[in-house]
Amino acid sequence: MLSMALFTIGIVGVLTRRNAIIIFMCIELMLNAVNLLLVAFSKMHHLQLLSTNAAAGSEGQLFVFFIMVVAAAEVAVGLAIIVMMYRNIHSVDINFLNRLKN
Amino acid sequence: MNALLISAVMGVLMMFSSFMLKSKSAVRNVALAGMFLILVANILDTYGWHLFNIPTEGMMHFDRFSLFFNSIAFACTFIFFLLSARDMEKVGINYAEYFSLIFFILCGIVLVASFQSLLILFLGIEIISIPLYILTGSDKRNLKSNEASLKYFLLGSFSTGIMLMGITLLYGHAGSFDITVLIKAGEKPSSLAIAGLLMLLFAMAFKVSAAPFHFWTPDVYDGAPTVFTSFMATIVKAAAFIGFMRLFSTAFYSLHDQWQMVIAIITALTLLIGNITAVFQQSIKRMLAYSSISQAGFMMLALFALNGTATEGLFLYVAAYSLATIGVFAVLIKMKDYTFEGFNGFARHHPFLAAVNTVFLLSLAGIPLTAGFLAKFYMLKAAVEAGGFLWLVIFAVLMAAVSVYYYFRVIQAMYFKEGDAPVSMEVSRPFQWVLGVLAFLIILLGVFPNALLYWFYF
Repeated sequence: MLSMALFTIGIVGVLTRRNAIIIFMCIELMLNAVNLLLVAFSKMHHLQLLSTNAAAGSEGQLFVFFIMVVAAAEVAVGLAIIVMMYRNIHSVDINFLNRLKN
Repeated sequence: MNALLISAVMGVLMMFSSFMLKSKSAVRNVALAGMFLILVANILDTYGWHLFNIPTEGMMHFDRFSLFFNSIAFACTFIFFLLSARDMEKVGINYAEYFSLIFFILCGIVLVASFQSLLILFLGIEIISIPLYILTGSDKRNLKSNEASLKYFLLGSFSTGIMLMGITLLYGHAGSFDITVLIKAGEKPSSLAIAGLLMLLFAMAFKVSAAPFHFWTPDVYDGAPTVFTSFMATIVKAAAFIGFMRLFSTAFYSLHDQWQMVIAIITALTLLIGNITAVFQQSIKRMLAYSSISQAGFMMLALFALNGTATEGLFLYVAAYSLATIGVFAVLIKMKDYTFEGFNGFARHHPFLAAVNTVFLLSLAGIPLTAGFLAKFYMLKAAVEAGGFLWLVIFAVLMAAVSVYYYFRVIQAMYFKEGDAPVSMEVSRPFQWVLGVLAFLIILLGVFPNALLYWFYF
């Protein structure tokens, strides 16, 4: 429930904001919502299957670590791209992104 | 497995070579040798010579499907290096790093083609995407390249978020990321599974630039340095399709009825938007971006049908489309002016280049005796065999007819218009040789498709 709310906030943020950094933060919010949900599901499956398999549900938590690693890599690249953009046009407003259209 | 490890090692090696090797041609030769090594290692792997023995049970499964696709992708990359490696020098100073990023992308391609767990699919897609964001923005002083890179990054990571949500919901339904478990769980679908399936479908459609999610494609392909556009539009897109196909032909096969209609609508939209918009383009680079959307529409037919013909057809399509597009881009890179007018009178000044370019364009348009024709034929045949959606097949044929228009505009400009077709750099002899071989391959595949498909079974 909470993670769905977080995810929705993330999506709405991405779709409405115009500042590249804030959009970027909203994307991170989406990823963290997914992490939260994964842990919740992992706990749920663990409790369901505890009698047959003591390690049930550990996959979900494993996935969370991979998402964290990938998100960190994405942050590194993304911030570099935003900085590169800022150096050229001195703004991080995505309204500048319309030049390619014509 | 061979190819995955070697290409990861090659990626690191190329980074070292940027300061160990002084001359650019040495770097290029190392990259070419490495690429050849990967291709050979993968073919050895196909025939049972495993250089490394690492258990990947439940995570990756190297079957004929993935190994065969890897061979196609590596062969295409090898040809791409032969043709365009020299042109990468013009993009920026970090020459060796571009190769290194491409080798890392190849790692991602292996993962996407051979995943068995959704975790590996996610990792593979990310390993492909993140270096691509960098390659798109590699022309640092060029504002267009910056914009393309930022746009690609924001939309790409947004779609990754959607994809992760889809994977998580599927996990909530099935309790596992393994696709064999997902098949069984799909027999009694719940709302969680359907929502997850749709999210995953949309995210994958974004990665292959299918219609409602194609906005980024023309801008990114247009803004990125042309050498890298050539790589992105062919090999990477093909890999995304193979991942898509693998996902839907295994994990979601039991949910076939739920998503077939959605795929049919996406296919029709992709064909319509890609072809109609391509007609109105002035720049050939942008036209090729839209044409890659419309070709994606044809490849979606394989996903829609999901039978034996579709699998064969997809391989043939991937090979035909990649070879032809790499060829067209390799010629385009040499031009000074990327508009249709830039090609005026090209045939008079460079008769050989114009002739091979014509072969590539004919193949993309799907004219008989070229690989593109048989590829399209296989796709339509697969869709007819799947049954029930005849309107989609008829629509696809109509759209193929539309596509002839914009490909022939280039041929017309080359042969029937007066002009001097300025070329920005000299055309070397080996370059012409490779292009000639490429054109020969396309015609060979158009006459004997089994020359390729034979290797899928034996």
